Amino acid sequence: MALEVNIEKKAGSFLLKTAFACGTEFLGVLGSSGCGKSMTLKCIAGIEKPDKGRIVLDGKVLFDSEKKINLPPQKRHVGYLFQNYALFPNMTVRQNILCGLHFEKDKAKKEAEADRVMRLLQLEELGDLRPSQISGGQAQRAALGRILVNQPDLLMLDEPFSALDYHLRLRLQMDLKELLKDYGHGIIMVTHDRDEAFRMCDRIGIMDQGRIQLLKETKQLFRDPETVSGATLTGCKNIAKAEKTGDHEVFVPAWNVHLATREAVRDDLEAVGIRAHYFHPTARQNCFPVTVVREMEEPFEWVTEFRYEGQSPEVPAVWWRYTKDRRLNEPPAQLGVAPANIMLLYPPEEG
Amino acid sequence: MSEIGTILSRLDWSPLFISLKTGVVATFLSFFLGIFAARKVVKASPRVKAVVDGILTLPMVLPPTVAGFFLLLLFSRRRPLGMFLYHELGIKVVQSWLGCIIAATVIAFPLMYRNARAAFEQIDANLVYAGRTLGMSDLRIFWTIVLPTAGPGIASGTILTFARALGEFGATSMLAGNIPGKTATISQRIAMVIQDGDYLTAGIWTLIVIGIAFVFIFLMNLISGRVLTNVQRW
Repeated sequence: MALEVNIEKKAGSFLLKTAFACGTEFLGVLGSSGCGKSMTLKCIAGIEKPDKGRIVLDGKVLFDSEKKINLPPQKRHVGYLFQNYALFPNMTVRQNILCGLHFEKDKAKKEAEADRVMRLLQLEELGDLRPSQISGGQAQRAALGRILVNQPDLLMLDEPFSALDYHLRLRLQMDLKELLKDYGHGIIMVTHDRDEAFRMCDRIGIMDQGRIQLLKETKQLFRDPETVSGATLTGCKNIAKAEKTGDHEVFVPAWNVHLATREAVRDDLEAVGIRAHYFHPTARQNCFPVTVVREMEEPFEWVTEFRYEGQSPEVPAVWWRYTKDRRLNEPPAQLGVAPANIMLLYPPEEG
Repeated sequence: MSEIGTILSRLDWSPLFISLKTGVVATFLSFFLGIFAARKVVKASPRVKAVVDGILTLPMVLPPTVAGFFLLLLFSRRRPLGMFLYHELGIKVVQSWLGCIIAATVIAFPLMYRNARAAFEQIDANLVYAGRTLGMSDLRIFWTIVLPTAGPGIASGTILTFARALGEFGATSMLAGNIPGKTATISQRIAMVIQDGDYLTAGIWTLIVIGIAFVFIFLMNLISGRVLTNVQRW
């Protein structure tokens, strides 16, 4: 493993206690704001100092509280792409990139390397402009260029797309993924956007209240998010407390329904999650009478709120989302969901 | 009119040069000391910050005569430091031009320090972090990123410092005295001629001071406006 992190840091009433490893891969950390994602990156970069623990990168100890090792950021060789990109406002794009090459004494080599990276990132035309004169996407490329010429042993991306217009993100995500394909070192990206995490990352860690709850391969995580926060962060809209009533059956008191599951139910079951697009009017299993409460039209989908017949009034309605070609003339009287699509959620493992 | 002409032709111009020299030297000293102090204080822990900031700002808040009194106690030739400076190094502070400089610097320094500190605190910390993760030394980050980005605040601090140093009266009169041709600054000359009832001479000096102040502020704004192209107009 290229990077090993096991740290603890107390900040006010908040306790960051996180342990994970990152190889030569694109690792995502998915969490809501204030969960400690950025703090984790800052600890790895040496901007923040953990209270306890150890950080090792490619065999080099960056931080070790027991051995009193705490390398300054300058000696860690870790690239950090800030959320606001942090381009130096008093310098042009080219001067910013040359800052990443400050270690290179040979002037000709320095200029050549800057040229190469600027060509690679399509920044040639922008060299003489200042950060205030370029767009968000261009600023992101410039900041990335400044990091890449610096040849870090690890790249960290802090919410890299959150400052960009929504309609530009998809293209920039594709660009970035392609660009970093041959990077050859570990990449850690923190985000609260599950689509972004899914598109970019090989593996994803779910972070909640300062802890990485689970870390698994991206597609597996979306298939089985394991915990309530995992389900929430991967975008599951319907989560309710549930009890085990059989090896393949659970009872959901809030909805007053018994659901059959494909996976065997463990005794410590906490809740179930059903993604909004898993409901179907013609499904044969887990099919119960429902009342549609209200609907909202989206460009290509319908979002419907419904209630089960026996659902208690104080429980929020259930979400159902479907494409427009599946629209019926009348709202359905009943909705079902395949047992394979009932996600079983358990308490997070300690440690 | 002939009266003004006579006064001008017989005017002792030395206060003008003493004031300008004092102002320039005191601003020069405050510039570096203020930036140095601001840089240290910005990095300090909150508790240290509160105490040090209080001490450094004190000369600005105290009446200048109180500051002058402290300086006099410190540098008097009957006191240890003053004695040491005079007898061991041959340096005379009280009743000398050096006294003018020290008084003006002490009084004007807080303006430089506070403006520099405010400017530094406005800077996005991520700029400094970005520099560090790129492996740039803290000193290099300061000179190439922090200082230029803080430019407008530094410039206005310098202007205010110069203006304050140029007109310093209270502390200067106590520490350096009012020796014509040596420590008599424009402010002191104005006070002296007014005591003698010579309002015309006082008026001439007043106009000169206004002229100098205006020219300098105009020049500084011109320079800072041209150099700091990263400042956005709004």
